[in-house]
Amino acid sequence: MRPGFVTVALLVLKKDLAIEFKSREIVYTTLFFAVACVMIFSFAFVMEEGVPVQGAAAGILWIAVAFSGTLALGRTFERERYTETLRALLLAPASRSAVYAGKLLGMILMMAATEAVLTPMVAFFFHAPFFARPLLLVALLALGTVGFASVGTLFAAMLVRTRTRDVLLPILLYPVTIPVIIAGVRGTAALLQSPPEEPVATLWIGLLTAFDVVFVTLALWTFEPLMTE
Amino acid sequence: MIAFDDVRLVDVSRHFGRRRAVSHVSLRATSGDIIGLLGPNGAGKSTIISLLATLVSPTSGSVTYGGQPAGALGDELRASIGLLAHELYLYPELTARQNLEFFARLYGLDSSRIVEAALIASGLSDRANDEVTGFSRGMRQRLALERALLHQPRLVLMDEPFTGLDDAATGAVGERLRALSAAGAIVILATHDLDLADGLVTRVAVIRNGRLVADEPAASGLRARYRSMVGH
Repeated sequence: MRPGFVTVALLVLKKDLAIEFKSREIVYTTLFFAVACVMIFSFAFVMEEGVPVQGAAAGILWIAVAFSGTLALGRTFERERYTETLRALLLAPASRSAVYAGKLLGMILMMAATEAVLTPMVAFFFHAPFFARPLLLVALLALGTVGFASVGTLFAAMLVRTRTRDVLLPILLYPVTIPVIIAGVRGTAALLQSPPEEPVATLWIGLLTAFDVVFVTLALWTFEPLMTE
Repeated sequence: MIAFDDVRLVDVSRHFGRRRAVSHVSLRATSGDIIGLLGPNGAGKSTIISLLATLVSPTSGSVTYGGQPAGALGDELRASIGLLAHELYLYPELTARQNLEFFARLYGLDSSRIVEAALIASGLSDRANDEVTGFSRGMRQRLALERALLHQPRLVLMDEPFTGLDDAATGAVGERLRALSAAGAIVILATHDLDLADGLVTRVAVIRNGRLVADEPAASGLRARYRSMVGH
């Protein structure tokens, strides 16, 4: 019996996690890059007295998330390109949208792992009270990650056989995901105010939800035609 | 799985930008055929295999399976196609068993029984739990062949299936293809190794510069005939 959408998506996710568990290549490189990114920003934005430049923390968190996410996207599909296994996935009698969903879930989990390290690190270096409203922060990060990863996974799959994919991915990805990054930064910045501006953060969460619905729907819809050469 | 008894390419062309990989090719393969798609490197054999596998769409012309175009048959058509491409479609970080299990489940198969049978058929039962990255090219090729045949496809597409195989394994693959053909499968194999194709294929289709220059029953003296058509 032909496997359903959820079964295929979970199979692809499980396979990606099994490979990552063995190689740990993406988690280690992404984490190292993200941590290095935050460290460099801390040298630039934390003054000698240990006082950070005001309002920088939200931007730095999201820049580190976006840059490390781009690195992870490239590496995830480099694996599929190396042995052309993406074609084997597309050849299976399964919904190609389910293959996309599986890759997207893997990407979200890897970005979430990086964010779990990055967020306390940025909070520490920049004295940012990220955890004053933890649920709102988690909602912003989760929705921002879904929006960024949904577009990124689609573009990375499209570019997998392009020679200049490493250059093209950020060039295509960042302009399209600017609304997500802006919403993430502004929503997070609202949480860092004293007292936290909850209504403002909630407004940006609403906008992120709308972006996610649009991006994920479009990506699921366009993945099959875009992947057929 | 969709059962069909013939596959047709009807005046199919495929361009990649300004390059014509395949130009006005018409070809019919029926149940029980083992068609040798012969031609020099870059002739367009792999593109024809990709067209038949539904991985590439024709720029013009049509590909039909039992008289129906791929678009009308949907995802289910791919359950009837098995492809062994030049790239082996295996995950080197996973073990032989994990690779076969993953693809078996992707095809909705009862993985435990089928995977064990595939491991035995590939001669890799004793290396089942070893990562593919440590395998020789020949071992990978045998595993990839079993991966391509896990779901007992109706249309078997092979792109250079003998690469990296020793004489014994080459003979075993040949026997396997004959058995598939006898069971009613349509086998199409692209190769430029005439010695291996000779005696195995029932028909030859010679491709040169993206065009079909011959489509005829296989006969003895394949090498001389091929040389006269292709020129080297």
